[in-house]
Amino acid sequence: MTALSYLIPAALFLGALGVIAFFWSLRSGQFDDLDGAAHRILFDEEDDSKDGKKKD
Amino acid sequence: MSCCPPVEFVREAERSEHEGLLATAWSFARCLEGDLYDLSLGVSNLHCPSCIHQIEKGLAELPGIEQARVNLSTRRLFVRWHEQKTGLSEIVAKVSDMGYRLAPLDSDSREASGNREEGELLRAMALSGFAAANVMLLSVSVWSGLVSDMGPATRVMMHWISALIALPTVVIAGRPFFRSAVGALRSGHLNMDVPITLGVTLASGMSLAETMRGGEHVYFDAAVTLLFFLLIGRYLDLRIRGKARSAAENLMAMRASSATVIEPDGTQRRVAAAQVDPGMLVLVAAGERIPVDGTVEQGQSDVDTALVTGESVPRTVTTGTEVFAGTLNLNGVLRVRVTSTEDTTLLAEIVNLMEAAEQGRARYQRLADRVARAYSPVVHILAAGTFLGWLWIGALDWQLSLMISVAVLIITCPCALGLAVPAVQVAAVDRLLRKGILVKAADGLERLAQADVVVFDKTGTLTLGQPELIKGFDAPTQQLQLAAGIAAASKHPLARALYRAAKAQGPVPALPQTVSETPGMGLSVLVEGKEVRLGNRTWCGIDEAASDAADGSDLDMELWLSREGEAPLAFRFRDELRPDARQTIGALKKRGLAIELLSGDRSGPVRQVADNLGIETWHAECRPDAKIARLKALSAEGKRVLMVGDGLNDAPALAEAFVSISPADASAVSQTAADLIFQGDSLDALIETHNVAGCARRLVLQNFALAFAYNAIAVPFAVAGYVTPLVAAVAMSASSIVVTVNSLRLYAMKRREPVRDGERASLPATGALPDRGTVS
Repeated sequence: MTALSYLIPAALFLGALGVIAFFWSLRSGQFDDLDGAAHRILFDEEDDSKDGKKKD
Repeated sequence: MSCCPPVEFVREAERSEHEGLLATAWSFARCLEGDLYDLSLGVSNLHCPSCIHQIEKGLAELPGIEQARVNLSTRRLFVRWHEQKTGLSEIVAKVSDMGYRLAPLDSDSREASGNREEGELLRAMALSGFAAANVMLLSVSVWSGLVSDMGPATRVMMHWISALIALPTVVIAGRPFFRSAVGALRSGHLNMDVPITLGVTLASGMSLAETMRGGEHVYFDAAVTLLFFLLIGRYLDLRIRGKARSAAENLMAMRASSATVIEPDGTQRRVAAAQVDPGMLVLVAAGERIPVDGTVEQGQSDVDTALVTGESVPRTVTTGTEVFAGTLNLNGVLRVRVTSTEDTTLLAEIVNLMEAAEQGRARYQRLADRVARAYSPVVHILAAGTFLGWLWIGALDWQLSLMISVAVLIITCPCALGLAVPAVQVAAVDRLLRKGILVKAADGLERLAQADVVVFDKTGTLTLGQPELIKGFDAPTQQLQLAAGIAAASKHPLARALYRAAKAQGPVPALPQTVSETPGMGLSVLVEGKEVRLGNRTWCGIDEAASDAADGSDLDMELWLSREGEAPLAFRFRDELRPDARQTIGALKKRGLAIELLSGDRSGPVRQVADNLGIETWHAECRPDAKIARLKALSAEGKRVLMVGDGLNDAPALAEAFVSISPADASAVSQTAADLIFQGDSLDALIETHNVAGCARRLVLQNFALAFAYNAIAVPFAVAGYVTPLVAAVAMSASSIVVTVNSLRLYAMKRREPVRDGERASLPATGALPDRGTVS
C-alpha cells in the first residue's frame, strides 16, 4: 500500500495538468471557433503570422 | 423585402450603402492605441471553409493589417489595423469586392453576457470533469477493496483524498445551480435546480461526516458526477442557443442603417442611424430606406410602408406627414425632422402595446419547472419520511437513518430529469439551425409545440410583399413596351413590376425622351408631340368612382396608361403569394391547426388572399391594437396562438402571442419580439419548425417518463436502505445515458406530416443553406 502514497499524488498531478492545459487553451481562444479550426488545418499558410511565409 | 432589387437600383444605392456601412463601423470601432483600431463585423454569404481563407488572405495582402480572422462558427470577421497605413474604407471595399457583405457589430453586444456565462459553464464543466474522473478512480479502488484486502485505514485515506477533491469542486462548479436555486426559492417557487442543489450539498455534507467518522458509505463520486453530467447538458444547451443568437445578431446588424444628417449650417455628414438624435434634420434620397422616425419637413414622395403598416400600396407623403424608420422612400427627396419615439403616435402606440404584451409573456412556466414543482415536494417528503420511519419504526440510530434518507435524495436526484430538457433542446435547436431557423427564446420550441391556432400577417409573410402584373398582358405589345419604357424611370414598386413583366416578354426599348415624375401621381413623357401619362386614375384623368363598382377591380393595385386622344389602358397588379403558401396552409390545417389572417391592408386584397389560400377567418384593416385585441380574444377562448408576422405593426402581436415567428427580412423590432426567425423565401420552414417542436415535446415527455420509471424502480431500494454508493453511481450514469440517447433520436426523426408521397415530392426544398441569399 505504500505505493499509493506516491501513485495517487502522481495521478492527481497529471490530472491537474490536464485541467490547467484546458483552462489555458480556453483563455487563449482555441475554443472560440470550433468549426473554422477543423478546416484551417487544410490551408497551406498560416495567415495571422504577419511576415507571412509565402511558399507559393 | 426579400426580393433582389433591380441591378441599376443596386448600383445607385451601393455608394450610399458603403458610406453608411463605414459610418456605422466607425461608431463601433475600438481605438487601442494611436492609429491602431479593432472591430468585429458580421459576414454574410460565407458558404464554405475556403471563404475564410480567401478573406483572411485578401486582407493579409493589405499593409497595416495587424490581424484579420474569420470565425466560421459565429460568421464574424475580427480585424485589427493601423488606420494610417490602410483605411477602414479599403478594408471594407476589399472584402465587399470579394462578394461578401459586411455588417459592423457593436463590441458591447459581442461580449454580451452569453459569452461570459458560456465561459463560466465551460470552466465549471472542466473542473467537475477532472474531479469526477479522479474521485471515481478512488471510489472504484474502494469498491474493489470491499471484496479484497483493503484495510479500514487505507479506505479512510481514500475517502479523505476524495473529499479534498470533491468539496472544492462542488463549491465552485455547483455555483450555477446554487444561484438559480436560491433565486427560485427567493421568488417563492421551485425549479429543477432546487432538488439538484439539495441533493449535491446533502450528499457532500453527509459524506464528509461519514469520512470523519471513518464510515464506509461516501457519495462524493455521485455528487461530482451528477454535477458533471448536468453541466455538460447546460453547456451544450447554452452553446447552441448562443450560436442561434449570434446568427440573429448578425442578421440584425445587416439591417442597421445609416443616415445623412444636415447640420444647421447646411453641411451634410453620414452617421450611423443609432447616433441620430431627435431634432436633427435628415436627408433621404430617392430609393433609400428612411433611417429614422420623423415628420417630413420638406419634399414630396411615395413611401413604401409595407414593413410598417402592412399595406401593400405605397403612401404619398408631403410636408408634415409622419414617416417611420424602415420604410422605403421611392421617388422624391425628403428632408425629415427626427422625432423621438414619444412624439410619433404609431410608434408610441406600438412601444406601449409591446411593453404590455411582454409582461403577459413572462407568466409562462417551462415544462421542466412545472415537473420540478410537482416532483421536489414528493421527493423531499419521501426522504423525510424515510428518516423518521427508520428512526422510530426501524429503531436505528439517527446517523444511520439520516444516511439512508440522504441515499434516497441522491438516488432521486434528478440527473436524468435535469438532462431531459436540455438534451432534446440541443438536438432540436441544432437541427433547426441547419435549416436556417433560429430559435431565439429558450422556451420557444416548447411553446410552439402547444400552439393550436396559427395567425398570419399578409403582406411580407404570406405574400412576398412585391407586386406582380396580373392583367394587362392582353394589352398590345407595343403599348406594354411603351408603358414599360416609361416605367423604367421610376422606382415605384408598380412601375418596377411593370418593367419586369415587359422585360420577361422581350427587350424593352429605352425612351429617348426625358420622363418626368410627379410623386403620388405618376409619370409623363412627350412622345411624337403627344403627352403620354402612366400613373393612377386621377393622373390619367379617369373618374375615380365610375369604373370601380363595375368590374370590382379596385381590389388590385393598378397603373393606367393614357395617350392623348386614345382610351386609357389599365395594368393591374397583385402582391404575389409566397410560392408554397398554399401547401403550407394546407399542411398546417391537416395537422388540426386553425388558421387566421390578420392584416393591416384593405379588405379587398386580404379577402382575395384568404380565398386563394382557403383561410376562412380573416380580418382586414387591423391596426396593431386590433391585432392584439383579436389575439386576446383567442387566448380568452383558451387557444394558444402562433403568430407569424413581419411588419412593425405586427410587433406587439408577436410579443402578445403565445409564441411567434418572423421571417428574416422582417422589421428589426419584429425580429426582436419574435421567438423564432426563419430565413429564406419558403414558408416550408413553418412546417419543419412545427415538426421539430412536436418531436422535441414528445421526446421530452418520454425522457421524463424514463426518469420517473428509473426512480420508481430505484426509490424502494433506497428507502429500504439497500442502496450503496456503487449502486447510486451506476444507476445515475445509466439513466443519464438512456435519456441522452433517446434525445438524439430527434436527428433521425423524419418529417411526420400526413402528406401523400406525390405531394411531398412537389414541395420545394427548404432553405437548407442558412446564410445563402437571404439578406439581399
